[in-house]
Amino acid sequence: MPIAVIRHFKSVVVVVGLTVGLVACGPAALPPGDTIVDRDEVINREAHAFNRELDRTLIRPIATAYGTAVPQPVRQGVSNFASNLDQPGYVVNNILQLRLGQAMQNTARFLVNSTIGIGGLLDPASAIGPTAAETDFGETLHIYGFGEGDYLELPVLGPSTRRDAVGTVVDVALNPVRIFVPAPEVNYARGAGILQPLDSRYRFADTIDGVLYESADSYAQLRSSYLQSRRFELSDGTQVVIDPETGALSPVDPLADTYIDPYDP
Amino acid sequence: MTHSLTPSRRLVLIGGLAAGLSPTLPRPAHAVDQGTATALVQQVSADITRIINSGQSESRMIRDFENVLSRYADMPTIARSVLGPASRSASAGDLRGFQSAFQGYMARKYGRRFREFIGGSINVQRAQDSGRFVEVVTRVTLRGSGPLEVRFRVWDRSGAPRFIDLLIEGISLVITERNEIGALLDRNGGNIGAVSNAIRSLG
Repeated sequence: MPIAVIRHFKSVVVVVGLTVGLVACGPAALPPGDTIVDRDEVINREAHAFNRELDRTLIRPIATAYGTAVPQPVRQGVSNFASNLDQPGYVVNNILQLRLGQAMQNTARFLVNSTIGIGGLLDPASAIGPTAAETDFGETLHIYGFGEGDYLELPVLGPSTRRDAVGTVVDVALNPVRIFVPAPEVNYARGAGILQPLDSRYRFADTIDGVLYESADSYAQLRSSYLQSRRFELSDGTQVVIDPETGALSPVDPLADTYIDPYDP
Repeated sequence: MTHSLTPSRRLVLIGGLAAGLSPTLPRPAHAVDQGTATALVQQVSADITRIINSGQSESRMIRDFENVLSRYADMPTIARSVLGPASRSASAGDLRGFQSAFQGYMARKYGRRFREFIGGSINVQRAQDSGRFVEVVTRVTLRGSGPLEVRFRVWDRSGAPRFIDLLIEGISLVITERNEIGALLDRNGGNIGAVSNAIRSLG
Protein backbone atom coordinates (compact mmCIF):
# COMPACT_ATOMS: atom_id res chain seq x y z
CA MET A 1 0.00 0.00 0.00
CA PRO A 2 1.46 3.42 -0.92
CA ILE A 3 2.47 5.60 2.03
CA ALA A 4 -0.02 8.32 1.10
CA VAL A 5 -2.92 5.89 1.24
CA ILE A 6 -1.81 4.69 4.71
CA ARG A 7 -1.45 8.26 5.94
CA HIS A 8 -4.94 9.10 4.68
CA PHE A 9 -6.37 5.74 5.69
CA LYS A 10 -9.18 7.31 7.71
CA SER A 11 -10.35 9.61 4.94
CA VAL A 12 -10.14 6.76 2.41
CA VAL A 13 -12.40 4.68 4.67
CA VAL A 14 -14.83 7.59 4.97
CA VAL A 15 -14.96 8.15 1.19
CA VAL A 16 -15.43 4.43 0.46
CA GLY A 17 -18.09 4.17 3.18
CA LEU A 18 -19.90 7.23 1.85
CA THR A 19 -19.80 5.91 -1.74
CA VAL A 20 -21.14 2.49 -0.75
CA GLY A 21 -23.84 4.16 1.38
CA LEU A 22 -24.92 6.52 -1.41
CA VAL A 23 -25.02 3.81 -4.07
CA ALA A 24 -27.06 1.64 -1.69
CA CYS A 25 -29.77 4.35 -1.71
CA GLY A 26 -30.56 3.30 -5.28
CA PRO A 27 -31.02 5.44 -8.38
CA ALA A 28 -33.47 8.31 -8.62
CA ALA A 29 -36.85 7.83 -10.32
CA LEU A 30 -36.83 8.58 -14.03
CA PRO A 31 -39.80 10.71 -15.10
CA PRO A 32 -41.87 9.51 -18.09
CA GLY A 33 -40.66 10.57 -21.52
CA ASP A 34 -43.04 13.48 -21.98
CA THR A 35 -42.82 14.95 -18.46
CA ILE A 36 -41.13 18.36 -18.41
CA VAL A 37 -40.53 20.64 -15.42
CA ASP A 38 -39.32 24.00 -16.70
CA ARG A 39 -39.99 26.78 -14.21
CA ASP A 40 -37.19 28.93 -15.65
CA GLU A 41 -38.61 28.80 -19.16
CA VAL A 42 -38.39 32.58 -19.74
CA ILE A 43 -34.65 32.71 -18.89
CA ASN A 44 -34.03 29.41 -20.66
CA ARG A 45 -35.61 30.74 -23.84
CA GLU A 46 -33.28 33.75 -23.70
CA ALA A 47 -30.29 31.42 -23.39
CA HIS A 48 -31.69 29.40 -26.29
CA ALA A 49 -32.01 32.48 -28.50
CA PHE A 50 -28.39 33.31 -27.65
CA ASN A 51 -27.21 29.76 -28.37
CA ARG A 52 -29.06 29.63 -31.67
CA GLU A 53 -27.50 32.91 -32.74
CA LEU A 54 -24.07 31.64 -31.64
CA ASP A 55 -24.58 28.51 -33.72
CA ARG A 56 -25.85 30.40 -36.75
CA THR A 57 -23.11 33.02 -36.84
CA LEU A 58 -20.11 31.11 -35.48
CA ILE A 59 -20.31 27.40 -34.69
CA ARG A 60 -22.15 26.20 -37.80
CA PRO A 61 -19.92 28.12 -40.28
CA ILE A 62 -16.72 27.01 -38.49
CA ALA A 63 -17.93 23.39 -38.32
CA THR A 64 -18.77 23.47 -42.05
CA ALA A 65 -15.33 24.90 -42.84
CA TYR A 66 -13.61 22.31 -40.63
CA GLY A 67 -15.67 19.47 -42.12
CA THR A 68 -15.01 20.48 -45.73
CA ALA A 69 -11.34 21.54 -45.39
CA VAL A 70 -10.05 18.71 -43.20
CA PRO A 71 -10.29 15.15 -44.57
CA GLN A 72 -12.53 12.73 -42.71
CA PRO A 73 -9.73 10.39 -41.45
CA VAL A 74 -7.90 13.33 -39.87
CA ARG A 75 -11.08 14.58 -38.17
CA GLN A 76 -11.76 11.04 -36.99
CA GLY A 77 -8.24 10.88 -35.51
CA VAL A 78 -8.69 14.17 -33.64
CA SER A 79 -12.08 13.02 -32.32
CA ASN A 80 -10.59 9.67 -31.26
CA PHE A 81 -7.80 11.52 -29.44
CA ALA A 82 -10.35 13.66 -27.57
CA SER A 83 -12.55 10.65 -26.76
CA ASN A 84 -9.56 8.73 -25.39
CA LEU A 85 -8.79 11.59 -23.00
CA ASP A 86 -12.39 11.44 -21.73
CA GLN A 87 -11.83 7.89 -20.47
CA PRO A 88 -9.94 8.73 -17.22
CA GLY A 89 -12.88 10.94 -16.21
CA TYR A 90 -15.27 8.06 -16.96
CA VAL A 91 -13.18 5.78 -14.74
CA VAL A 92 -13.39 8.24 -11.82
CA ASN A 93 -17.18 8.24 -12.14
CA ASN A 94 -17.38 4.46 -12.70
CA ILE A 95 -15.59 3.99 -9.36
CA LEU A 96 -17.86 6.49 -7.57
CA GLN A 97 -20.83 4.56 -9.02
CA LEU A 98 -19.30 1.23 -7.86
CA ARG A 99 -19.54 0.04 -11.47
CA LEU A 100 -16.15 -1.59 -11.20
CA GLY A 101 -16.54 -3.74 -14.32
CA GLN A 102 -17.04 -0.59 -16.39
CA ALA A 103 -14.10 1.07 -14.59
CA MET A 104 -11.86 -1.83 -15.69
CA GLN A 105 -13.31 -1.76 -19.22
CA ASN A 106 -12.63 1.98 -19.62
CA THR A 107 -9.15 1.65 -18.06
CA ALA A 108 -8.28 -1.17 -20.47
CA ARG A 109 -9.56 0.88 -23.40
CA PHE A 110 -7.47 3.87 -22.30
CA LEU A 111 -4.30 1.74 -22.02
CA VAL A 112 -4.84 0.01 -25.38
CA ASN A 113 -5.68 3.19 -27.31
CA SER A 114 -2.90 5.25 -25.69
CA THR A 115 -0.27 2.66 -26.72
CA ILE A 116 -1.28 0.53 -29.72
CA GLY A 117 -3.67 3.29 -30.78
CA ILE A 118 -0.76 5.81 -31.11
CA GLY A 119 -1.66 8.11 -28.23
CA GLY A 120 -5.38 7.76 -28.89
CA LEU A 121 -5.45 8.80 -32.57
CA LEU A 122 -6.74 5.34 -33.45
CA ASP A 123 -9.40 3.35 -31.63
CA PRO A 124 -8.27 -0.31 -31.77
CA ALA A 125 -10.00 -0.94 -28.40
CA SER A 126 -13.45 -0.67 -30.04
CA ALA A 127 -12.40 -3.12 -32.73
CA ILE A 128 -11.25 -5.78 -30.27
CA GLY A 129 -13.60 -5.20 -27.33
CA PRO A 130 -16.53 -3.23 -25.98
CA THR A 131 -17.04 0.45 -26.85
CA ALA A 132 -16.62 3.14 -24.16
CA ALA A 133 -18.97 3.00 -21.17
CA GLU A 134 -19.58 6.76 -21.31
CA THR A 135 -20.68 8.44 -18.11
CA ASP A 136 -20.48 11.67 -16.13
CA PHE A 137 -20.97 13.02 -12.62
CA GLY A 138 -24.63 13.80 -13.41
CA GLU A 139 -25.12 10.03 -13.80
CA THR A 140 -23.22 9.43 -10.55
CA LEU A 141 -25.64 11.79 -8.80
CA HIS A 142 -28.56 9.95 -10.45
CA ILE A 143 -27.23 6.66 -9.06
CA TYR A 144 -26.94 8.28 -5.62
CA GLY A 145 -30.66 9.04 -5.82
CA PHE A 146 -30.70 12.69 -6.92
CA GLY A 147 -33.57 13.50 -9.30
CA GLU A 148 -32.91 15.54 -12.44
CA GLY A 149 -34.52 18.75 -11.17
CA ASP A 150 -35.72 21.52 -13.47
CA TYR A 151 -34.71 21.70 -17.09
CA LEU A 152 -31.99 24.25 -17.87
CA GLU A 153 -30.59 25.61 -21.09
CA LEU A 154 -27.13 26.97 -20.35
CA PRO A 155 -25.49 29.64 -22.50
CA VAL A 156 -22.84 28.04 -24.81
CA LEU A 157 -23.12 24.61 -23.10
CA GLY A 158 -26.72 24.00 -24.16
CA PRO A 159 -29.44 21.76 -22.67
CA SER A 160 -29.03 20.39 -19.16
CA THR A 161 -30.90 19.95 -15.88
CA ARG A 162 -30.11 21.36 -12.44
CA ARG A 163 -28.54 18.05 -11.44
CA ASP A 164 -26.55 17.66 -14.63
CA ALA A 165 -25.30 21.26 -14.48
CA VAL A 166 -23.79 20.49 -11.06
CA GLY A 167 -22.39 17.29 -12.61
CA THR A 168 -20.69 19.25 -15.39
CA VAL A 169 -18.90 21.51 -12.88
CA VAL A 170 -17.72 18.50 -10.85
CA ASP A 171 -16.55 16.67 -13.99
CA VAL A 172 -14.33 19.62 -14.93
CA ALA A 173 -12.96 19.81 -11.36
CA LEU A 174 -12.29 16.05 -11.08
CA ASN A 175 -10.95 15.53 -14.62
CA PRO A 176 -7.63 13.66 -14.18
CA VAL A 177 -6.32 14.95 -17.51
CA ARG A 178 -6.82 18.57 -16.42
CA ILE A 179 -5.23 17.86 -13.01
CA PHE A 180 -2.27 15.66 -13.95
CA VAL A 181 -1.25 16.48 -17.53
CA PRO A 182 1.46 19.22 -17.62
CA ALA A 183 1.28 22.56 -19.43
CA PRO A 184 2.16 22.11 -23.13
CA GLU A 185 0.47 18.68 -23.54
CA VAL A 186 -2.76 19.66 -21.82
CA ASN A 187 -3.28 22.25 -24.58
CA TYR A 188 -3.46 19.49 -27.23
CA ALA A 189 -6.21 17.94 -25.12
CA ARG A 190 -8.03 21.29 -24.98
CA GLY A 191 -7.67 21.80 -28.74
CA ALA A 192 -9.03 18.34 -29.52
CA GLY A 193 -11.82 18.97 -27.01
CA ILE A 194 -12.90 21.98 -29.10
CA LEU A 195 -12.54 20.24 -32.49
CA GLN A 196 -14.48 17.11 -31.52
CA PRO A 197 -17.86 18.88 -31.07
CA LEU A 198 -17.26 20.76 -34.34
CA ASP A 199 -16.81 17.39 -36.08
CA SER A 200 -20.10 16.17 -34.57
CA ARG A 201 -21.81 19.42 -35.56
CA TYR A 202 -20.66 18.78 -39.14
CA ARG A 203 -21.51 15.06 -39.27
CA PHE A 204 -25.01 15.43 -37.84
CA ALA A 205 -25.71 18.74 -39.56
CA ASP A 206 -29.04 17.58 -41.06
CA THR A 207 -30.48 16.50 -37.72
CA ILE A 208 -29.15 19.51 -35.78
CA ASP A 209 -30.30 21.99 -38.45
CA GLY A 210 -33.69 20.26 -38.41
CA VAL A 211 -34.09 20.86 -34.68
CA LEU A 212 -32.62 24.38 -34.56
CA TYR A 213 -33.85 25.95 -37.81
CA GLU A 214 -36.64 23.91 -39.35
CA SER A 215 -38.91 23.19 -36.39
CA ALA A 216 -41.92 25.24 -35.34
CA ASP A 217 -40.54 25.78 -31.82
CA SER A 218 -36.84 24.93 -31.69
CA TYR A 219 -36.64 25.54 -27.94
CA ALA A 220 -39.39 23.01 -27.15
CA GLN A 221 -37.97 20.56 -29.69
CA LEU A 222 -34.45 20.67 -28.21
CA ARG A 223 -35.80 20.42 -24.66
CA SER A 224 -37.90 17.36 -25.48
CA SER A 225 -35.13 15.60 -27.42
CA TYR A 226 -32.56 16.28 -24.69
CA LEU A 227 -34.73 15.04 -21.81
CA GLN A 228 -35.86 11.92 -23.68
CA SER A 229 -32.33 11.02 -24.68
CA ARG A 230 -30.82 11.77 -21.25
CA ARG A 231 -33.43 9.66 -19.45
CA PHE A 232 -32.80 6.87 -21.94
CA GLU A 233 -29.04 6.96 -21.19
CA LEU A 234 -29.67 6.87 -17.46
CA SER A 235 -32.25 4.08 -17.72
CA ASP A 236 -29.54 1.71 -19.01
CA GLY A 237 -32.01 0.53 -21.64
CA THR A 238 -34.43 -0.90 -19.10
CA GLN A 239 -38.04 0.16 -18.87
CA VAL A 240 -38.35 0.21 -15.08
CA VAL A 241 -39.90 3.40 -13.73
CA ILE A 242 -41.17 4.35 -10.31
CA ASP A 243 -44.91 4.75 -9.99
CA PRO A 244 -45.39 8.32 -8.68
CA GLU A 245 -48.54 7.32 -6.74
CA THR A 246 -47.33 4.23 -4.91
CA GLY A 247 -43.55 4.62 -5.13
CA ALA A 248 -43.35 1.02 -6.35
CA LEU A 249 -40.93 -0.03 -9.05
CA SER A 250 -42.80 -1.25 -12.08
CA PRO A 251 -41.88 -2.26 -15.61
CA VAL A 252 -44.68 -0.04 -16.90
CA ASP A 253 -44.02 1.76 -20.11
CA PRO A 254 -43.61 5.48 -19.45
CA LEU A 255 -45.14 6.35 -22.82
CA ALA A 256 -48.13 4.01 -22.69
CA ASP A 257 -50.66 6.84 -22.46
CA THR A 258 -49.06 8.65 -25.38
CA TYR A 259 -50.76 6.49 -27.99
CA ILE A 260 -54.35 7.30 -28.85
CA ASP A 261 -56.17 4.18 -30.03
CA PRO A 262 -58.44 5.07 -32.97
CA TYR A 263 -59.96 1.56 -32.96
CA ASP A 264 -61.35 1.88 -29.45
CA PRO A 265 -63.93 4.68 -29.56
CA MET B 1 -29.27 -10.76 -45.07
CA THR B 2 -31.55 -12.42 -47.59
CA HIS B 3 -35.08 -11.25 -47.92
CA SER B 4 -37.49 -13.69 -49.45
CA LEU B 5 -41.11 -12.86 -50.02
CA THR B 6 -42.26 -15.37 -47.43
CA PRO B 7 -42.32 -13.14 -44.31
CA SER B 8 -44.40 -10.46 -45.99
CA ARG B 9 -46.80 -13.03 -47.42
CA ARG B 10 -47.13 -14.57 -43.98
CA LEU B 11 -47.76 -11.11 -42.53
CA VAL B 12 -50.46 -10.43 -45.07
CA LEU B 13 -52.06 -13.77 -44.20
CA ILE B 14 -51.91 -13.12 -40.46
CA GLY B 15 -53.16 -9.59 -40.98
CA GLY B 16 -56.03 -10.73 -43.19
CA LEU B 17 -56.95 -13.46 -40.76
CA ALA B 18 -56.96 -11.06 -37.82
CA ALA B 19 -59.01 -8.52 -39.77
CA GLY B 20 -61.51 -11.19 -40.78
CA LEU B 21 -61.91 -12.54 -37.28
CA SER B 22 -62.04 -9.24 -35.45
CA PRO B 23 -65.77 -8.56 -35.74
CA THR B 24 -66.69 -11.94 -34.29
CA LEU B 25 -64.02 -12.52 -31.65
CA PRO B 26 -63.27 -10.29 -28.65
CA ARG B 27 -59.79 -8.80 -28.89
CA PRO B 28 -57.33 -10.33 -26.43
CA ALA B 29 -55.32 -7.97 -24.21
CA HIS B 30 -52.02 -8.83 -25.93
CA ALA B 31 -53.18 -8.98 -29.48
CA VAL B 32 -49.81 -9.05 -31.21
CA ASP B 33 -47.25 -11.69 -30.26
CA GLN B 34 -43.50 -11.12 -30.21
CA GLY B 35 -42.83 -13.34 -33.22
CA THR B 36 -45.29 -11.46 -35.43
CA ALA B 37 -43.96 -8.08 -34.28
CA THR B 38 -40.38 -9.19 -34.93
CA ALA B 39 -41.28 -10.42 -38.42
CA LEU B 40 -42.82 -7.02 -39.20
CA VAL B 41 -39.73 -5.14 -37.99
CA GLN B 42 -37.44 -7.47 -39.96
CA GLN B 43 -39.44 -6.66 -43.07
CA VAL B 44 -39.36 -2.90 -42.35
CA SER B 45 -35.59 -3.03 -41.62
CA ALA B 46 -34.92 -4.92 -44.85
CA ASP B 47 -36.92 -2.36 -46.85
CA ILE B 48 -35.24 0.64 -45.20
CA THR B 49 -31.75 -0.86 -45.62
CA ARG B 50 -32.48 -1.50 -49.28
CA ILE B 51 -33.77 2.06 -49.81
CA ILE B 52 -30.88 3.90 -48.08
CA ASN B 53 -28.24 1.81 -49.84
CA SER B 54 -29.94 1.88 -53.26
CA GLY B 55 -28.04 4.97 -54.41
CA GLN B 56 -31.20 6.50 -55.90
CA SER B 57 -32.09 10.19 -55.80
CA GLU B 58 -33.41 11.80 -52.65
CA SER B 59 -36.90 12.32 -54.06
CA ARG B 60 -37.17 8.65 -55.05
CA MET B 61 -35.92 7.59 -51.62
CA ILE B 62 -38.55 9.76 -49.96
CA ARG B 63 -41.27 8.29 -52.17
CA ASP B 64 -40.12 4.78 -51.21
CA PHE B 65 -40.16 5.75 -47.54
CA GLU B 66 -43.72 6.92 -47.87
CA ASN B 67 -44.61 3.49 -49.29
CA VAL B 68 -42.98 1.86 -46.25
CA LEU B 69 -45.10 4.07 -44.01
CA SER B 70 -48.36 3.28 -45.77
CA ARG B 71 -47.57 -0.43 -45.76
CA TYR B 72 -46.17 -0.97 -42.24
CA ALA B 73 -47.08 2.05 -40.05
CA ASP B 74 -50.38 2.48 -38.21
CA MET B 75 -50.89 5.99 -39.56
CA PRO B 76 -54.33 6.57 -37.97
CA THR B 77 -52.80 5.91 -34.53
CA ILE B 78 -49.66 7.97 -35.21
CA ALA B 79 -51.67 10.91 -36.61
CA ARG B 80 -54.05 10.99 -33.63
CA SER B 81 -51.23 10.54 -31.11
CA VAL B 82 -49.21 13.47 -32.47
CA LEU B 83 -52.34 15.65 -32.47
CA GLY B 84 -52.93 14.67 -28.84
CA PRO B 85 -56.15 15.73 -27.11
CA ALA B 86 -57.07 17.92 -30.13
CA SER B 87 -57.75 14.71 -32.11
CA ARG B 88 -60.66 13.74 -29.85
CA SER B 89 -62.79 16.72 -30.88
CA ALA B 90 -61.63 16.81 -34.52
CA SER B 91 -63.98 16.06 -37.43
CA ALA B 92 -63.43 12.91 -39.51
CA GLY B 93 -62.52 15.08 -42.51
CA ASP B 94 -59.93 17.07 -40.55
CA LEU B 95 -58.39 13.84 -39.25
CA ARG B 96 -58.19 12.33 -42.75
CA GLY B 97 -56.60 15.48 -44.16
CA PHE B 98 -54.12 15.70 -41.30
CA GLN B 99 -53.19 12.01 -41.54
CA SER B 100 -52.34 12.24 -45.23
CA ALA B 101 -50.41 15.51 -44.78
CA PHE B 102 -48.52 14.09 -41.80
CA GLN B 103 -47.55 10.92 -43.69
CA GLY B 104 -45.89 12.97 -46.43
CA TYR B 105 -44.21 15.26 -43.88
CA MET B 106 -42.88 12.26 -41.94
CA ALA B 107 -41.51 10.60 -45.10
CA ARG B 108 -39.71 13.82 -46.16
CA LYS B 109 -38.35 14.73 -42.73
CA TYR B 110 -37.17 11.28 -41.61
CA GLY B 111 -36.33 10.10 -45.11
CA ARG B 112 -33.77 12.88 -45.39
CA ARG B 113 -32.33 12.07 -41.95
CA PHE B 114 -31.88 8.42 -42.92
CA ARG B 115 -29.18 9.66 -45.31
CA GLU B 116 -26.92 9.74 -42.24
CA PHE B 117 -27.39 5.94 -42.11
CA ILE B 118 -26.00 5.26 -45.62
CA GLY B 119 -23.68 2.24 -45.54
CA GLY B 120 -25.16 1.09 -42.26
CA SER B 121 -27.12 -2.02 -41.40
CA ILE B 122 -30.04 -2.81 -39.08
CA ASN B 123 -30.15 -5.94 -36.93
CA VAL B 124 -33.04 -7.07 -34.75
CA GLN B 125 -31.82 -7.75 -31.19
CA ARG B 126 -34.85 -8.76 -29.12
CA ALA B 127 -38.54 -8.13 -28.50
CA GLN B 128 -40.29 -7.29 -25.25
CA ASP B 129 -43.96 -7.15 -24.37
CA SER B 130 -44.95 -3.78 -22.90
CA GLY B 131 -48.62 -4.54 -22.27
CA ARG B 132 -50.38 -2.57 -24.97
CA PHE B 133 -47.75 -3.25 -27.63
CA VAL B 134 -44.59 -5.20 -28.35
CA GLU B 135 -41.33 -3.30 -28.52
CA VAL B 136 -38.75 -4.66 -30.96
CA VAL B 137 -35.19 -3.50 -30.26
CA THR B 138 -32.82 -3.12 -33.21
CA ARG B 139 -29.22 -2.05 -33.49
CA VAL B 140 -28.20 0.22 -36.35
CA THR B 141 -24.51 -0.07 -37.17
CA LEU B 142 -23.09 3.07 -38.72
CA ARG B 143 -19.85 3.83 -40.47
CA GLY B 144 -17.37 5.81 -38.40
CA SER B 145 -19.34 6.04 -35.15
CA GLY B 146 -20.88 3.88 -32.46
CA PRO B 147 -24.06 1.88 -33.06
CA LEU B 148 -27.51 3.38 -32.49
CA GLU B 149 -30.39 1.67 -30.78
CA VAL B 150 -33.68 1.99 -32.64
CA ARG B 151 -36.87 0.56 -31.12
CA PHE B 152 -40.09 -0.09 -33.00
CA ARG B 153 -43.40 -0.29 -31.12
CA VAL B 154 -45.86 -2.65 -32.76
CA TRP B 155 -49.50 -3.41 -32.16
CA ASP B 156 -52.30 -4.86 -34.26
CA ARG B 157 -55.27 -2.79 -33.11
CA SER B 158 -56.10 -2.05 -36.75
CA GLY B 159 -56.38 -5.79 -37.39
CA ALA B 160 -52.88 -6.18 -38.82
CA PRO B 161 -49.45 -5.77 -37.17
CA ARG B 162 -48.25 -2.19 -37.68
CA PHE B 163 -45.71 0.04 -35.94
CA ILE B 164 -47.04 3.00 -33.95
CA ASP B 165 -43.77 4.68 -32.95
CA LEU B 166 -40.03 4.48 -33.38
CA LEU B 167 -37.48 5.53 -30.80
CA ILE B 168 -33.94 6.46 -31.83
CA GLU B 169 -31.67 6.30 -28.76
CA GLY B 170 -34.74 6.76 -26.60
CA ILE B 171 -36.14 9.72 -28.56
CA SER B 172 -39.71 8.93 -29.55
CA LEU B 173 -40.91 10.14 -32.93
CA VAL B 174 -44.47 10.48 -31.59
CA ILE B 175 -43.49 12.57 -28.53
CA THR B 176 -41.13 14.74 -30.57
CA GLU B 177 -43.72 15.38 -33.28
CA ARG B 178 -46.47 15.94 -30.70
CA ASN B 179 -44.35 18.85 -29.43
CA GLU B 180 -43.93 20.15 -32.95
CA ILE B 181 -47.58 19.78 -33.95
CA GLY B 182 -48.61 21.27 -30.58
CA ALA B 183 -46.54 24.38 -31.36
CA LEU B 184 -48.17 24.62 -34.81
CA LEU B 185 -51.66 24.18 -33.30
CA ASP B 186 -50.93 27.05 -30.88
CA ARG B 187 -49.73 29.22 -33.73
CA ASN B 188 -52.86 28.45 -35.79
CA GLY B 189 -55.42 28.90 -33.04
CA GLY B 190 -56.08 25.14 -32.79
CA ASN B 191 -57.17 24.88 -36.43
CA ILE B 192 -56.22 21.36 -37.63
CA GLY B 193 -56.89 22.20 -41.29
CA ALA B 194 -54.41 25.10 -41.11
CA VAL B 195 -51.80 22.83 -39.46
CA SER B 196 -52.29 20.23 -42.23
CA ASN B 197 -51.68 22.93 -44.85
CA ALA B 198 -48.60 24.15 -42.98
CA ILE B 199 -46.90 20.74 -42.77
CA ARG B 200 -47.52 19.99 -46.47
CA SER B 201 -44.68 22.43 -47.20
CA LEU B 202 -42.47 21.35 -44.25
CA GLY B 203 -40.12 18.46 -43.58
